[in-house]
Amino acid sequence: MKLIYEKSQPGRRASVIPVHDGLPAPEVPAELRRAKPPRLPEVPEFELVRHFTELSTRNFGIDSGFYPLGSCTMKYNPRVNERLVGLPGFARLHPYQDEDGVQGALELEWRLQQILLEVTGLDAVSLQPAAGSQGELTGLMLVRAYYEDRGESEQRRKVVIPDTAHGTNPASVTMAGYELTHVQTDARGNIDVEDLRAKVDEHTAALMLTNPSTLGLFDESIEEIERIFHGAGALMYYDGANLNAVCGISRPGDMGFDIVHINLHKTFSQPHGGGGPGGGPIAVRDMLEPFLPVPAVIRRDDGTFGLDFDRPKTIGKVRGFTGPFGVFVRAYAYMRMYGPRLREMSEAAVLNANYMRARLRNAYELPYDRLCMHEFVLSARHLKREHGVTALDVAKRLMDYGFHPPTIYFPLVVPEALMIEPTETETKETLDAFCDAMLEIAREAAENPALLKGAPHHRPVRRLDEVRAAKTPVVKYAFEEHPVSDEPAVELPKGV
Amino acid sequence: MTHPFLALTDADVEEMLGTVGVASIDELFRDIPAGMRLGRALELEPPLSEQELSVHMAELAARNVDATREVSFLGAGIYDHYVPAVVDAVMQRGEFLTAYTPYQPEMSQGVLQAIFEYQTAICELTGMDVSNASGYDGETVAADACYIAKHATGRTKIVVTEATNPQVRQVVKTYAPGFGLEVVEVPHRDGTTDPGELRRAAEGAAAVIFQQPNFFGCLEPTPDLAAAANDAEALPIAHVDPLSLGLLEAPGRYGCAIALGEGQAAGNMPSYGGPHYGFLAARQTFIRRMPGRIVGETVDAAGERGYVLTLQTREQHIRREKATSNITTNQTLLALGGLVYLTWLGPQGLRELGETCLSLAAYARERLLEVAGLEPLFAEQATFKEFAVRVGRNARDVIRDARALGVHPGYALGRDYEGMDDVLLVAVTEQRTPAEIDRLAAVLAEVAR
Repeated sequence: MKLIYEKSQPGRRASVIPVHDGLPAPEVPAELRRAKPPRLPEVPEFELVRHFTELSTRNFGIDSGFYPLGSCTMKYNPRVNERLVGLPGFARLHPYQDEDGVQGALELEWRLQQILLEVTGLDAVSLQPAAGSQGELTGLMLVRAYYEDRGESEQRRKVVIPDTAHGTNPASVTMAGYELTHVQTDARGNIDVEDLRAKVDEHTAALMLTNPSTLGLFDESIEEIERIFHGAGALMYYDGANLNAVCGISRPGDMGFDIVHINLHKTFSQPHGGGGPGGGPIAVRDMLEPFLPVPAVIRRDDGTFGLDFDRPKTIGKVRGFTGPFGVFVRAYAYMRMYGPRLREMSEAAVLNANYMRARLRNAYELPYDRLCMHEFVLSARHLKREHGVTALDVAKRLMDYGFHPPTIYFPLVVPEALMIEPTETETKETLDAFCDAMLEIAREAAENPALLKGAPHHRPVRRLDEVRAAKTPVVKYAFEEHPVSDEPAVELPKGV
Repeated sequence: MTHPFLALTDADVEEMLGTVGVASIDELFRDIPAGMRLGRALELEPPLSEQELSVHMAELAARNVDATREVSFLGAGIYDHYVPAVVDAVMQRGEFLTAYTPYQPEMSQGVLQAIFEYQTAICELTGMDVSNASGYDGETVAADACYIAKHATGRTKIVVTEATNPQVRQVVKTYAPGFGLEVVEVPHRDGTTDPGELRRAAEGAAAVIFQQPNFFGCLEPTPDLAAAANDAEALPIAHVDPLSLGLLEAPGRYGCAIALGEGQAAGNMPSYGGPHYGFLAARQTFIRRMPGRIVGETVDAAGERGYVLTLQTREQHIRREKATSNITTNQTLLALGGLVYLTWLGPQGLRELGETCLSLAAYARERLLEVAGLEPLFAEQATFKEFAVRVGRNARDVIRDARALGVHPGYALGRDYEGMDDVLLVAVTEQRTPAEIDRLAAVLAEVAR
């Protein structure tokens, strides 16, 4: 399919910009004036709409079908949220307006905070972080500020992470200026407590843990882990990526965690948008509240809502304003439509995952054969050994059956991993159709491995060469090789 | 389980529990220690139907005074530019809206090609060689750039001009301790930055960050600022307004190493501060140090052109603690909105938009001086769509009084700068009309001084 730049013709345009007579001429100092206009596309409005509509048909979302991408919680995104976020009272609101002009927005943020506190079992929350990984980094900044305040920051330099962790955890540790300590996973898929005990001491600042883990397993040793960390005076950080498993069932605060980030774009239905936006609020125990980012959204004694910048111990600001407000509108709306029934949401997510696990456990390897939570991890190691078919081949073949593949090759502790998260969205018929496809693919692997190696066969493109893309990166359109659509028919800025 | 977002019938549940081999849903959670179970219902308000929710949300929205209810000259980094209907139409396509990050390229050619087109547009605007797929906002991309500069130069000092957006400076300072960086600010001189002073501060620095137009709306001598940074072998980083780049020179053409900024003005609603997209583009030499997603062109098994996420060995899911950033989820949908907007504008529209803003702002400045009798703060400086005036008394009080008359006259610079309590920063976009500007002047004539 052509790029929009290849559909461009000098002189065409979609926009009309207001022009007013009798105003001062637009003056730009000569030394700052642009010499050559940017080669933006030149297309009429209907060509624009057709181009992006055609692109959308080459994309697959949760609206298109089943999307069991592990650890990504691809659930239905209610359409009403899109209407609500577009209300002028939200969309056309400027973040620097005086408090009396934004009472509705502040009340929404405050109410969202209250709901998140109840769901996490903690004491204070900041909505500011833009996504989960920024929530992690913010959490580690809080850890640093906390220990600095206690005079222990030089002593506590280490953050402990299990080998099943999301890649964001170690990356955040480095960006926060901490040193990593890795702990292993035991045979049941829990943290290896003996390994942990040997590695946690007075130099440990924190643990970062996802629970349930990326294996989809609730850590059975969590009480002992809590004793080890708090016994050493260290803090516990909860990566909330998998919170969809436990809403209303078990709360991170009750598990002993001191800091939690919540992925509003996973558990609470902010659409992923092909890679964002997200929202990564952090909730903390009260001793960490003084360090939270500014401004804090507060309710005053007179019942009005406001922004509090007067937090002398704050770490500062991790993004602009109070955070991604439109994400808050959607998450708040979603949680109001569930209320206490969030528990049923998590129950359905966990039942769906266990049902699929039970249906697939004989055709694929199941490295940790236990009840799972909201997701589970299979291995295609036997298919590779016996038929030369990899997890990647299984994933590509699933596309031909009309499904988005699961997450593959993660977590790293499982070879040829297929990480499946159905979420609560989905009928039993859809779950069955996916399981049937997985069983059929296992048969195809034995009978016709070439079919899998050549997959996908029914997508707009065949399998793409990712190695070539990385070896000689082409990351923008090469206008120079396509002189037809080069110089736009546009005059240079006049200036005076 | 009757809920619009849940599907399992009682019969489904029974059959599924049987397949799993447990007697109840509760049994699925048996690995959770008893003491860690909530053991009660969440104390939340009862569920709302869609209809009830809509009423409740409309009530909250009605408690806000948005730009349809008062004439707004408020900017300071977030601007009330027009967003055409085609942006909404594309962003609301479920195939884009509800997709995840395109890990499986054969399922995601639509968004991958769109990001490739976005990267091209950002490179064209900024005169750079490589753009990422977006960052969180105009603040965090500045912190990202500092991380690039630290590793590219091995130095640990960041210089940022005082005339750079205060929130950008604050976010950079919040990130700096973790990066092992110190941040030094260079004061403005009558509204812009002195290149000589910047050159002295840049000695031994990893990077120099300046903003064009700067936070006061003034045009900085950017070629001289970039030259000052380059002379000190510090990376010049320009924080730019994308909508100024039809008229103002691209940072890549006056020697900058990195160009970045807040994308909101180009295609996103103000939305009380987000979500928006931050853009970040750099010279080719930094391609393997870039944070976040980058889309590259390749071919499929049949030799046809296609697109994939590329250079992933920079990223956290491969490189883990050695990654160039921890970012995963970025702002792709908002960047898509930006691409649609820039396509809608085209090069001619971009230039005309800049001219209209510039003319309207110049008219507003004239009116405020003549009709309202206000003093310009930086009279000698050229400006773009925003300018600063003295209003004779505390600007916050002036804003309050003007709002009572239906006009939000701007931003109180005293919030961030000492000695500027009586200064108002006025932003004029193409959505304002000469008649609205006359009204602003009349209102300020009444409430200022």
